[in-house]
Parts: sequence; structure tokens; C-alpha cells
Amino acid sequence: MRGSSQDSTSHPVLTFWVVAGWVGYCLLPWYGVEDGLWSFQWLFDGYPFDSDYAPALFLIMQGEKLWLAPLLIPLILPLLVLRKVKSDPLYARMLVLAGALGFGWLIIQGFSIGIRGFNYDWMKAVFGDLGDRQFGMGYGAMLVASAFLFLLTQGIAARGAVNGDVFVVSAIGGVITIVTAFVFFPIAKMLFAAFVTEDGSYSVGVFVSKFFDDRLWGLGCLSGGRCGAAWNSLFLAICVGFITTVLGLAFALAVTRSGFRYKKAMRALTVLPIITPPFVIGLALILLFGLSGTVTVFIADLFGVQPTRWLYGMPGVLIAQTLAFTPIAFLVLIGVVEGVSPSMEEASQTLRANRWQTFRTVSLPLMRPGLANAFLLGFIESMADFGNPLVLGGNFDVLSTEIFFAIVGAQYDQSRAAVLAMVLLFFTLSAFYAQRVWLGKKSYTTVSGKGDAGVHPLMPKGLSIPVLVIAIGWAFFTAVVYCMIIYGSVVELWGVNNSLTFKHYVTAFSVRFEEEGIRWTGAAWDSFWTTITIAAIAAPLTAAVGLVTAYLLTRQSFAGKNAFEFGTMLSFAIPGTVIGVSYILAFNVPPIEITGTGIILVVSFIFRNMPVGVRAGIASMSQLDKSLDESSLTLGANSWQTFRRVILPLLRPAILAALVYSFVRAMTAISAVIFLVSAEYDMATSYIIGRVENNDYGLAIAYSTTLIFVMLSVVGLLQFLVGRVQIGRRTQIGTGRST
Amino acid sequence: MKKLTTTLLSSALALGASMTAAQADKLTFYCSAQEDWCQLMANSFQDATGIDVSMTRKSSGETFAQIRAESSNPRGDVWWGGTGDPHLQAAEEGLTMEYVSPMRDQLHPWAISQAESAGNKTIGIYSGALGYGYNTDLVAANNLPEPSCWKDLLKPEYKGHVQMANPNSSGTAYTTLASMVQIFGEDEGFEFMKGLHANINQYTKSGSAPIKAAGRGENTIGIVFMHDAVAQAVSGFPIKVVAPCEGTGYEIGSMSIIDGARNLDEAKQFYDWALSAEAQNLALQVNAFQVPSNKGAETSPSAPDMSTIKLIDYDFKKYGSSDERKRLLQKWDEEVSVLPQ
Repeated sequence: MRGSSQDSTSHPVLTFWVVAGWVGYCLLPWYGVEDGLWSFQWLFDGYPFDSDYAPALFLIMQGEKLWLAPLLIPLILPLLVLRKVKSDPLYARMLVLAGALGFGWLIIQGFSIGIRGFNYDWMKAVFGDLGDRQFGMGYGAMLVASAFLFLLTQGIAARGAVNGDVFVVSAIGGVITIVTAFVFFPIAKMLFAAFVTEDGSYSVGVFVSKFFDDRLWGLGCLSGGRCGAAWNSLFLAICVGFITTVLGLAFALAVTRSGFRYKKAMRALTVLPIITPPFVIGLALILLFGLSGTVTVFIADLFGVQPTRWLYGMPGVLIAQTLAFTPIAFLVLIGVVEGVSPSMEEASQTLRANRWQTFRTVSLPLMRPGLANAFLLGFIESMADFGNPLVLGGNFDVLSTEIFFAIVGAQYDQSRAAVLAMVLLFFTLSAFYAQRVWLGKKSYTTVSGKGDAGVHPLMPKGLSIPVLVIAIGWAFFTAVVYCMIIYGSVVELWGVNNSLTFKHYVTAFSVRFEEEGIRWTGAAWDSFWTTITIAAIAAPLTAAVGLVTAYLLTRQSFAGKNAFEFGTMLSFAIPGTVIGVSYILAFNVPPIEITGTGIILVVSFIFRNMPVGVRAGIASMSQLDKSLDESSLTLGANSWQTFRRVILPLLRPAILAALVYSFVRAMTAISAVIFLVSAEYDMATSYIIGRVENNDYGLAIAYSTTLIFVMLSVVGLLQFLVGRVQIGRRTQIGTGRST
Repeated sequence: MKKLTTTLLSSALALGASMTAAQADKLTFYCSAQEDWCQLMANSFQDATGIDVSMTRKSSGETFAQIRAESSNPRGDVWWGGTGDPHLQAAEEGLTMEYVSPMRDQLHPWAISQAESAGNKTIGIYSGALGYGYNTDLVAANNLPEPSCWKDLLKPEYKGHVQMANPNSSGTAYTTLASMVQIFGEDEGFEFMKGLHANINQYTKSGSAPIKAAGRGENTIGIVFMHDAVAQAVSGFPIKVVAPCEGTGYEIGSMSIIDGARNLDEAKQFYDWALSAEAQNLALQVNAFQVPSNKGAETSPSAPDMSTIKLIDYDFKKYGSSDERKRLLQKWDEEVSVLPQ
């Protein structure tokens, strides 16, 4: 074994991370640079001796921050095994030791020493006053932390975990670390608040009294009064999940399995609601169906009935959420409906089943993972939705808005917010569990490495007519809503003065050409560019993290996989408002100090939207046969090469979905964002809400319309870049052979 | 004489500006007034002093939540605007800093007494009286009588026509609740809220939403601060503003310096500037019809004339304290909000 192959004594990955650790320790500023991540002012401002910008090594040499000195030991340790072979037990043991020691010490010192010296009273009692302090981690600390993490995972892999696969172990370690840091840690901080009494101590009684609150669980609506927010949310979410799944399926079927002529237009239309800033659909619905809405007034005049405020409450929220979340169901289902292998359906037809039997007994059951995922997403999205209930909710209280107002409201009751968040979490996790039970352990694999030819059969007649009616009807409704939005952006004063004008666009997006170049004078430019930048940074990161996670979940088995899956899905089940506040609480103080920066926005988007990437990836990957991976592995590729060369290309629809979704969500999200924006990094949605609050609908809608067009072009561009995917030898129905 | 002081002061400010501009000073400014007013304040201060202002606009409740969450590592320097209660609450919790401005002698007595009641940790910058506005078109279309007192709103004809914000989420609505308790006494005040509850079609989340909905024709009567109602009327919506005959409570929009501000000198500079007549005159440019706290500042002809409105002696200290607030809100939650409508 010893020296038998070329990779035995040179470890490029290990060398890379060892060097990275030393660079982070000796060259880069250890603490966060206040001017921002991209400002390199520090290079000319006293670096490397100024203690604000000094690398750890320089700090220690100047006798400052001596608690960083022990990190030298785990940095030196791996140097000893660089020339050892992987199978040497010392190699594994040393790397595990170095990684664990270094990472552990970083965390311990980070949490014990903060901006005011020691963070805990008992440490002050034991060690005395520190007389020094430290700020948040910067480039240096981050790089060193990653180096220790990956030393640790390489050590674990060398010990034989997951067949000694460095890529898989490192991916697992990486995902666990970031999910812990950016999901569990802030949420734990927040949930502790559920047990905090007013004077700051902890008590279970507080939790119990807030949990069994009538505003939460009351059943007054059965007898004419009002129901608790928990029941309202649950009922609404089930309705929305069900309706969006049915509509999404109808669209997916109409697009893939019917001779309907305007499929492209329909496909485009389904994307529209998802690229719409949250309040806008609500506003358009008010303009149509509100007390003084166009449709309401028309019908009232026609039939002589008294206009009512029926829209405000459950019906309005339901309609708005259905409009908003059907496209998500569609995006999930289209991949699955396209992914069902036609060979199965052809086999069924060969066996003399008619179209209806084929659809009911073969196609539909194979779509079950997609249906379950679509329902789950609709359910969770509805639970977490914040914008629509805010505009249309009337007196229909739901958990997400209750949480928001428990935090920002005059009562400022963080522990109530935490209790509500726990209820919400319980509902979403139950749905998650129910979905897994329903899917069971059956296999839904249809795309395998073996022969895969043919085209999808058309839907049976009895089905295609209602499907098309539903799809076209809903598409028409969506189109009307959007016409109202565009119309609203070009009228002087909505509902009062309907003369046409472009003044709102001019206020928002005017530019001046001067000698120094273009001056962006419009009121909206600042937030517009920030939003685009943040969304563009967040989208690929989200897709990457999501797909890697999906790969680990479907393709690898390792201890604690269920907990792992739970953790990665958790952030999706937590409403943005809670994420927002918990992020402020957790990341306003060292060791991770990122509030008020653009980073916190990017991070919140990654972890809010990652689950969609994960779900889309899982749904597509569970249809790819494992034999593909196995043959790749047998042919000598390692798991990273398999992932990159075999799985990724087959996942293009899922990648596209994840990219589009995360970009769009980053541009349209509001609930977490409203807590995290700062003067310097204001986002489009929070700016728009400011205008809406001010009754300045014209500007708000003009801005939203612009965003819609921007996102449309981005989605088009992404689709063009990632490319249309062709799995197998199928051709489009209608252009290819018929069944 | 006053003219002289102002000139002296502004030249002093200008001098300070030329000295500080070179160092590119900055100020993080939390603003809880309306967006365009906030923008204007930020830009004008920047123009006047050369200090780089970064401004965030959030409602006073949200800003308060943020300042509280950030208290161990404050990001903001000065918090300007928004109803006084959260400012008082922040002062009570030690989140804001004591500061006595040299501009004090130019202010109305109500602004100074507000400051003194909070240990000089906050100060009044404008005030506005509570009232309501109604959509004249809808009142005519539904053949409703025109209301003029608080008690008018209890009439059964108005069932489903009145909107106010939820006192749990809105400072405006809490001021309404506290005013009713002070006008009618606690028991009768709560009887009033119960009667009103029967006519309310929706408790909105934000304080000025009811009158905005009324402006758009989505609601008939909105209980809000009168200056908000005036702003809607001035923007062209068919709104008539009512100063209730029984008298009414009011808010004092406030300003505080955040404790532990990173740019303390700039924050103080802003504080003094914001109390000057020139800074307060800016309000008129953005249709903010509150009454400014500087005696020398101009008021709009459209603004409700404070001297003709019957103002109660609002006890800011008592009703701004978190204990009283929690007690009243809880009582409202338990006795009023659960009643059938």
C-alpha cells in the first residue's frame, strides 16, 4: 500500500486548506473591517500593525488579543502529517485533532469574549476583568475557521466515514456548519425568548400562559365570533396548499400533455405572479374587488346590490395567495410531470390500458413526489406569507402577522412572538412529516440509464377539458390583475383622478446626463441597484447550497441524515419576520457581526430560499436512477466528478428553478427584509412599502411594474443561459411523432 | 433679536460644517416620519453641514424594536420623528441619552415639558391632535349623518363604516384608547371603546391606514391624527376632517439621541439643527401638517389650528409608561376585542 500510488503522499486539497489557514492567520485582517467587505482602504491605513486591521499573528506579536495565540497549535499540527499517507492512522487522527481543536477554540473564544470583555459573569468572577474586547470576525477569522472545518472533515473522511469520500464528508460538514450558524443559532436565540419573563429570568409559566391564549386557539368563529390565529392560519394554509397544487398540476398538464396552442404564453403567465412584489397583487385586488373597486361598483350598479367589504379577510387573502403561489406549485410540478418517463406510459398503453387508465394508474401515481412537494410548499408559503394578510387580512388574524406585530407592536412582546413562531413551526413540521408518510418508501424512479424513448401521451379527453378550462380561466384572471397593475402605474391618482401620466415613472427613474456621466436622480435608483446586486449575489449561492444539500439527501447515506434534512428545511418553515428579528438579535454582536451590511441580506436570502432549491433538487433527483451514479463510480470517477458530470447536467431544470426562484425571491421578499435593511442597503420592497404606507400608490406600482419587467428579462436570460433541457430522446409533443 | 440669534447660530453651524466636512463625518439617522419628510431632512442636513447622512425609515414601533435589539451594539445615532410614546419608553429603558439642547428657549412649552418628563432624553419636534376624517362621497352615497363628536361614532347607522388601527400595533390607536380613558374616565372610556367596536369594520395594523382607506373609498370614517387626514384631503381625496366636540388627545412627535451613538457629535449637531425654525419649516414642503415645536416656525394654512381644538391635558408620563400601557392594552384585548361585532 505504502507509496503504491501517486496520491499517497501529496494531498492537494489538504495543502490548500493548510495554506489557507496560515494565510488567514498571518496575512488577512482578523476582525471585521468597518468600511465593508469590499472596501480595501485598510491596506493603506496602518496595515498590518493598526490593531483594527492587523492579522492575528501581528496582534499577538504586539501583545494584544493573546487568546488568539493557542490557535497556532492546531495550525502547526497538520504540517506534521503532510508527507504521511492517507491510510496512516496518524494522518486521520492528527487532522481530526487539529480541526476540532482549532474550530472549537475559535467558537469558545468568540462567544466568551465580546464587545464588553467577557460575556458571562462567571468568567469575570473566575478570571477577573479582561480589560480588552473584540469585534466581529473578519476575513482572517473566517478563512481560518473554514480551514479548520475542512481539516476536520478530511480527517473524518480519512478515518473511513462515507467510504472515505472527502467531497461528501466536506459537503456535509460545510452544510451542517452554515445551517447551524445561520438557522439554528439565531432561532435558538429567539426561542429562548419564549421563556423569558419581563424581568429577564426564565420561566415555564410564561410560556404556558402565552401558549394557551384565546387569541391563538379560540374557536369563536364556529359561533359567530372570531377564531384564534392558529386555526385561521392552519385552515388558510390547507386551502392554499390544495388549490395551488390543483392549479399547478392543471397548468403543468396543459403545457406538457395537451394540444393547446398558446402554451408558451400560458407558461409565461404562470411566471408573472412569482415575480411580483408582495403587496401589488393585494393592491390590484382591492382596485378590482374592494368597496370602491371597478368590478364591485359595476356589479353593484348592475344588480342594485349594496357593495360590501367581502374582500377583506379570508377570501381576499386566499385569492391573493393562490395567485402568488400557484406558480411555485407549477415550477415544482412541471419538472416532475416532464420527468415521468414515457416508456412507462407507453408500456401501459401497449398493455391495452386506455388513456384514462394510463393517466390514473401510471402517470398520476408517479407524480406523487411532485404533488406532495407542491402541496407542502404552498402550505408553508401560505403559513409564512406576510404581505397579503397585511393588506387584505381585515380582521382575519394569521400567525405571521401576529408575530410581526408582537415584535414591532406597541406591546413589544418578544416571548409571545417566539411562542407564536413555535406554533407555526409545529404546523409546518407536521405537514412535512405527513408528506413523508404519504410518500412512504416507494420508488418513483423512472429516468434510468437504460433505454428511455418516446413522448408523453396526451391527457384523456375527460380530463383535458376541465384542465384546460381551469388553466385558461385562471390565466385570464391573472392577466386581468396584471393589466390593472400596469394601468395603476400610469394614472394620476388611483381611484380619484384617472387621467394618464408617466409622472410616477419619472419620479422614480429619472436620469440626468451631465459632464461627469449619468446622474441617477430618480428616487428609486438607490434601492433598485442594491436590490439587483444583492439578488444577483444570493441566487447562485442559494442554488449551489440547495442542490448540494439535495444531492447529499438523495444520494448519500450517513448517520443523522434525518436530522440533517430537518435542519436544512427548517428555515423555510420559519416566517421571515422571525428570521429577521432573530438575525438582528444573533448577528448584531460578535463573533458574527453583520447587521447593517449587505451580507446579512444575502445570508438571509440564502437560508430562506435554500429549501426550494433542496426540494426541487430532491424531486428531480429521486427520478434519476442510482445506476447512473453507480456506473460513473464504477468507471473510476469520484463522487465530486459524478456529481458534476452526471447529476448536474441532468438537473438543469432543477438548477434553473432554483436560480430563478432565489433571484426572484431575493427581489420580492419582504418579511425578513424589513428588519434587515439599513440606510445604506435599502431594498426595493421596503422602499415600495414605504410608498404604500404613504398612500402613494402610483409610485409604488410604477416601481413594482418596473421590477416585474426587470425580473422577466432576468428569468428569460437565465432560461437562455442554462438552456432548455432534453432528457432522453423525447421530442416536443406536436412537433414530433404523435402517440 | 431672534433674527440675530438665528443668523449667529446658522453661521456657527456653517463654520462647524466647513471644519467637519473635511473629515467626511457621518451620521446614522433613524427616521419614523413619512418617507419624503425623512428624505428631505436627511438631504437638507447633509447640505447644511456636509455630514454624510445615512437614513433608515421605519415606523416608530419598528424603530423602537430595532434600537432595543441593537442596544448592546448601537448602530443608529439619532432617532427623529414618530409618536412620542416609544421615545418615552426608550427613555424609560435607558436606550436613549440625556441631552439639553441650546435651542430649547425657542420651543413651545409643551415640547419642553415633554422633554422634562423623560429626564431630557427626548424632546418634542411637532405635535398633532387626534380626530377623525370621513369620505364625503361615501357618507352622501349611504345617506349617513355627518358626525362631529366622538359619541356620534357610536350611532348604529355607522355600523361597518368606522375604521381605526389596532392599539396593540399602532401608537395612534393607543393614543386614541388613552385619550378616551382620559376624556370619559376609565370605565366610561372602555364603554365607549366597546360601543365603537360594534361599528368598526376593521382594526388596521398601521395608524394612518384608516384614513388612507377612506381616501380611496374603501372605508367611510377613519380615526386618525388630524394632520394625516388633512394630508389626504390636500392630495385630492374627498376627505373632511373633524375635531371632535368633546375635546381630544394629542401626540408629540419626538426626537432622541441613541445611547452609545457612534457619532455623538454629529448626532448633537443634528439635534440642534432639527429644533431650528428653518429645519422645521421643511415640513410644509412635504405636506406634513403637524404643528412645529419651534415658536418661530411657520404653520400651514391647511393645518388644523391647534388653538381652536379642544385639547385635553394629556398625561404623557402616566400613559406613556410601559406598565400603564400594558395594563390598558391587556384590558382592551380581554374586554373589547373579543366582543362579537
